Amino acid sequence: MMNLKVNGHDHQIDAEPDTPLLYVLREDLKLNAAKFGCGLGQCGSCTVIVDGKAVLSCVTPLLLLEGKQVTTLEGLGTISTPAPIQRAFMEEQAAQCGYCIAGMMMRAQALLQRNPKPTDAQIRAELEPHLCRCGTHMRILRAVHRAAHLMDTAELSPATPGSAR
Amino acid sequence: MNVPVILDRRRVLAGGGALIVSFAMSDAIAQDQAAPAVAPKPPGSLATSPYLDSWIRIDADGAITLFTGKAELGQGLKTAFQQIAAEELDVPFASLKVVTADTRRTANEGYTSGSNSMKDSGTAIQNAAAQARELLVGEAARRLNLPVENLRTENGAVIAPDGQRFGYGDLVASDMLHVQAQAKSTLKDPASYKVMGQSVPRVDIPAKVTGGAAYVQDMRLPGMVHARVVRPPSYGAQLTECDPAAVEKLPGVIKVIRNGNFLAVVAQKEFQSIKAMGALSAAAKWQETPGLPKQDDLPRVLASLPSQDTTIFERNDPSAVSQRTVEATYTRPYQSHGSIGPSCAVAQSVNDAMTIWTHTQGVYPDRQGIAEMLRVPVASVRLIHVEGSGCYGHNGADDAAADAALIARELSGVPVRVQWTREQEHGWEPFGPAMVTKLKASLDGNGAISAWNFEVWSNTHSMRPGGAGSMLAAQHMAQPFAVPAPKPIPLPEGGGDRNAIPIYKFPNTHVVHHFIAAMPVRVSAMRALGAYHNVFSIESFMDELAGLAGADPIEFRLRHLDDPRGRDVIEKAALGFGWQKGQKAPQDRGFGFAFARYKNLAAYCAIATEVEVNRETGRPRLVRAVAAVDSGQVVNPDGLINQIEGAILQSMSWTLYESVTFDDTRITSIDWQTYPILRFNSVPEKVEVHIINRPGLPFLGSGETGQGPAAASIANAIANATGKRLRDLPLTRKKIKDAIDA
Repeated sequence: MMNLKVNGHDHQIDAEPDTPLLYVLREDLKLNAAKFGCGLGQCGSCTVIVDGKAVLSCVTPLLLLEGKQVTTLEGLGTISTPAPIQRAFMEEQAAQCGYCIAGMMMRAQALLQRNPKPTDAQIRAELEPHLCRCGTHMRILRAVHRAAHLMDTAELSPATPGSAR
Repeated sequence: MNVPVILDRRRVLAGGGALIVSFAMSDAIAQDQAAPAVAPKPPGSLATSPYLDSWIRIDADGAITLFTGKAELGQGLKTAFQQIAAEELDVPFASLKVVTADTRRTANEGYTSGSNSMKDSGTAIQNAAAQARELLVGEAARRLNLPVENLRTENGAVIAPDGQRFGYGDLVASDMLHVQAQAKSTLKDPASYKVMGQSVPRVDIPAKVTGGAAYVQDMRLPGMVHARVVRPPSYGAQLTECDPAAVEKLPGVIKVIRNGNFLAVVAQKEFQSIKAMGALSAAAKWQETPGLPKQDDLPRVLASLPSQDTTIFERNDPSAVSQRTVEATYTRPYQSHGSIGPSCAVAQSVNDAMTIWTHTQGVYPDRQGIAEMLRVPVASVRLIHVEGSGCYGHNGADDAAADAALIARELSGVPVRVQWTREQEHGWEPFGPAMVTKLKASLDGNGAISAWNFEVWSNTHSMRPGGAGSMLAAQHMAQPFAVPAPKPIPLPEGGGDRNAIPIYKFPNTHVVHHFIAAMPVRVSAMRALGAYHNVFSIESFMDELAGLAGADPIEFRLRHLDDPRGRDVIEKAALGFGWQKGQKAPQDRGFGFAFARYKNLAAYCAIATEVEVNRETGRPRLVRAVAAVDSGQVVNPDGLINQIEGAILQSMSWTLYESVTFDDTRITSIDWQTYPILRFNSVPEKVEVHIINRPGLPFLGSGETGQGPAAASIANAIANATGKRLRDLPLTRKKIKDAIDA
């Protein structure tokens, strides 16, 4: 049994210590956002935030997370009260299949937490570990810029239908 | 009507009165396609599933459900279909629920492929909705004893002249919608559209960006266990030895399954199944046989394999005079779909009935294959589509579904989730086939093309199931099913010869398809099929010929193109890009242009690009792209733009970086290190998509129309930047550097 803090809540986890965080999140805690993409740390789909930093959960064993704060996309907001980054991705319609998107959003979130006004070049450099196969990159970049703007203006009214483009 | 009526609990709970019976009957009809055809046939998939209630269900409480046999693959069709139905039914967009591909609930619309969903299902839904609305108005007219002309519809109700409202739920009765569609519908005037033509936000995106359950990978059924397959190390490898004893003792392991060369392990928890897979893999000894062609000699190998040769187009005009003749050969390697999420499926066998949740593109054909593999009646197998990661064609989805079924059969009652590894997806998915094209053309004295010869060598572009032998599990089991004989996909859509016939008019034209039956590497459908390479070849060669003729590439294309819609997209893209005749790109940059109409019958797409080439390293960088697209009547402009943007970026990745690698025995590109694709440092500065809407004209599929033009446009821009023509895909940094240095 190990204590794991996820999205502000403590959980007692019954898993072997070498279990990658990804499986604990998905199976033990039934959280969907972090995705299995490669299990090799090559694609970014499994990215979550640990103590403010973007981390590849598929290659991070449980034993390294004792006493740390894990945040997943579920911890940022909900459909009815989306966080700025979630609102931005909805408003920019920044997904096709969307499988890679949760990971992208978590790294972008970590970036915006430490650098609220990143340049386009900084966003691109930050997202370098992430793969998107649908070719949604232009929208993802726009969404991160929009999220920065939303956080900056703290404009938190809910997303309205038809607001894309 | 003599069809079995199955009332299950869901339906009893879902509806009221006589409606239940009619829907159960329509389900049965949707499954066996027994409905007799009427002549002339109604449009789209109504031709094969003509009952209105195969598409639309209106419950007595006013709830409306839309059924489509197509699958949401991230292309946004659920939203588009919902818009179409809302428009023609005159109901609020948000009031509709959409059910996608499910062998028990929806019509059999075959595969969700070929950019056909809007044409097939979108058209069926539009007409079914319009006819359902007419029936509802007719019923209100009957009750009021008024002519239908005096009634109108609004917001899910029929409105009488005196303001009296009849909700659709009140009007619908008995088997009102259990009627065959008429051949013609009274469709709304496009000028009055309120929902169609709007960029309605996609219905699936909110869950995807907030951690909602959105994919088959996210399914967690009660009591579900986790399975992993241990695939052979190479095609045709035989399992010679495997002692499962140690694996069976590992924590959480429930069962090791060996069936011939099919090897799998099931465990309670997912990471336990991964560890067990590793142990089982180590315990398995395989005998491998070298059989793969030499990769660096692939074009020659392909062209030397026996082929079935067909002249698919011929036009002769001996009066055309040829002055100068040029030839060129273009090649494409095997390429990977490379879904970001490896394939996954969940299966459960209960009392001899098998249910499989899968991200297949074809629940019905897949059901056929799986039933054959399990040697059970087709009716005992149900496939339900649940979204997966984007597939871009025939990836591991169908194989994973078969794997899950074969394993679940061994564990009666228990839901089994099978998740492929990254290495399995990369190593075992059926690749987009390698291709060779040889082109030869002549110019007359006026700089026009007088003769055009085009030959393409290719495997089939579809080995999709239908038969069990298309699935790995069925190929590997102890009583295996043979891989079905490959067949070319007939024209006008075509497979290897898709878009091989030029859209341009030349006095002499000769097009030959060399269909190669032998498949040394596992292949099947990948986005755009042969059109990717054929358009790359034609549009590259058009630029070579324009150069020879001393003509501007766009002007040269227009010189040979009659199709007015084609001319319009070319002009629109040129205008958006700021293309000027005789222009010169900035230092170390080039401008490129290309155009095609997908399959010569779907959407038109023209793409202009600016590419920068680093002369020291050879590295190409797509700086910007401007596209124009004509997809007929547009349903969701932002959805269409999203598809074209994606096509440009994905095709750029294929074109600049991608090639499946192998040695004489094994596939060696098995992850993202060994099969690199586009990353953010190569994403363009700007991508712009201009839509030419055609109100009231048929929907044209747009999901694949950008692949070929994007490739050729980039190749043409590289040639413009460097003065060197590259004809062998992918156009890597090394090839560009070598060409610059040559």
